[in-house]
Amino acid sequence: MKLKHTLAIFCLATLLGTAVPTSAETIRIVGESGLNEKPIPVSLSGFSGEALEVIQFDLTVQGFSFTAPEAAQYLLSGSANGNVTGRAQDRINQSYLVNKSYSGASVRRQAHAFVDDFLAALGRKGLGGTKIAFKRDTGVNSEIAIADFDGFGAQTVTTDNSIVISPSWIPGRLALCYTSYRNGAPDIYQHDLSSGRRTPVARYPGSNLSPAVSPDGKRVAMILSRSGTVDLYVGDIDGGNLKRLTKSREDESSPCWSPDGNWICFAGKYNERRALWKIPAGGGEPVRVSTGGTPNPSEPDWSPDSKWIVFTSQRGGGFDICVVKSEGGSATVLVEGEDPSWGPNSRTVVYARRAGKGKSLSMLDVPTKQTKTVSRISGKNSQPSWAK
Amino acid sequence: MKATKIIQLLVIALAITMVGTGCRKKQAGVTPIRNRDTILRDPGIGGTYDPNLNPIGSESPFDKPQSTKFSNPDDFNQDRSALAANTVHFEYDSSVVKSSERGNVEAVANYLKSNTSVGLLVEGHCDERGTEDYNNSLGERRATALRAALLDLGVNADHVVTRSYGEYKPVATGQDESAYSQNRRGEFVVLMPK
Repeated sequence: MKLKHTLAIFCLATLLGTAVPTSAETIRIVGESGLNEKPIPVSLSGFSGEALEVIQFDLTVQGFSFTAPEAAQYLLSGSANGNVTGRAQDRINQSYLVNKSYSGASVRRQAHAFVDDFLAALGRKGLGGTKIAFKRDTGVNSEIAIADFDGFGAQTVTTDNSIVISPSWIPGRLALCYTSYRNGAPDIYQHDLSSGRRTPVARYPGSNLSPAVSPDGKRVAMILSRSGTVDLYVGDIDGGNLKRLTKSREDESSPCWSPDGNWICFAGKYNERRALWKIPAGGGEPVRVSTGGTPNPSEPDWSPDSKWIVFTSQRGGGFDICVVKSEGGSATVLVEGEDPSWGPNSRTVVYARRAGKGKSLSMLDVPTKQTKTVSRISGKNSQPSWAK
Repeated sequence: MKATKIIQLLVIALAITMVGTGCRKKQAGVTPIRNRDTILRDPGIGGTYDPNLNPIGSESPFDKPQSTKFSNPDDFNQDRSALAANTVHFEYDSSVVKSSERGNVEAVANYLKSNTSVGLLVEGHCDERGTEDYNNSLGERRATALRAALLDLGVNADHVVTRSYGEYKPVATGQDESAYSQNRRGEFVVLMPK
């Protein structure tokens, strides 16, 4: 049934583009632009406490809005007395997309599972169970912490009592790469969070910065100054096979990988202009990624579905999260903020927002531009990385 | 002909959708949720190191490779006061060593040329206005620009190593140009054998 449903969506999407036929109001198709989508209205009833909080958070950051039942496209109802029971009903044709009871783990995990089941019924991948890593300010220093994507269960995973920055998940593993000044110089390490084993990736003379792990988890793109200039390098995650990709006098920063592992996108400065570039991961000529004149682009992150690059634009008074097609073109300004990282659903982004002297983490649903502060995580936090 | 086929396909697809959604009411079964809590272990201060990693690869002929002799400044006694008066300041978002800073760079070069046993750590710093990761690179770019200026004045390349502190170590905490201009700087730390 699900396959047929998917087939139907595929046919409609192919033939009609963005149009939504009246006889199939349950089907929502992301248009070619993928932006400026309206939130899908849902009503909530029966949920309370932690379950309600989880369901509201998860739905907001995945493009849903809350409304009265008569204005809703889907009616979500249930209860959370010890265990979660959840129903999702199409208001127009009254059919049930989800009708389940959950047990085990915790109420919050059950609530995440209900939202994921609802999204799966719509042909989408939910975010429940995914994790983020981030830099946590500890005063003059910082450490790396991880949490569930909604900020639950935040745990600091380093105790270096130094500046520790730029966490990057190693795909498919409970493991991170980051830069730590624990030995004085900024060096890059990989850290398996299950075993606690930490090994160096790059400890060259000068600075070793901004590690980004390849989609297959085997290579690391990074910024090194060992040659006397600040350049982009790529090497094996165990520290071998170092290859220099740029030889510019200017600095490069913030590398990220294309999902097929063939390209590394980074921020560079050539002829006094800051721009985004991509370069073959095996070496070659850098290619400009046009961002349509957006001022001072930096911190690119390539979406897991390969279609988009989200980045930070710095204008006179602040920073904006922007998105551009991965082949380049005109960029769209989304919200004020910086250092975006895509979620595994290729639509939600975690980013940092300045508040007074500190930064805090927020979530952005790119197609609807809905945002939600990750208020469970206290203190000053930035440089989020979403595990994929 | 083609259009007719497409419409047929569409009608079939829609029919399947409607049939599919029409009979959807299920019995409420119980779905068990696996507990995904994970146990994390901190590496602590120990960690694991292999000094044989990180072999040095090929160099570009235009490079001025970082010091290997003073590659780990924390193996040396550090004197932050000797050249504190020679801290160099930069323009916003720039790593250009201004001509007005030439006196400071020359003083540092002369110090190193008359103290041939010491090394030098050049620290690059930024104001908080860039993005963090951009500032990490910009700080290093400032430090390497100062290092290149010192080498041009005849300083031994194997005695100078750089480090970026990005925006993490401001000397002034205000959020105005007066504070920012003090924070955009390169500091010189003398390294002496212990």
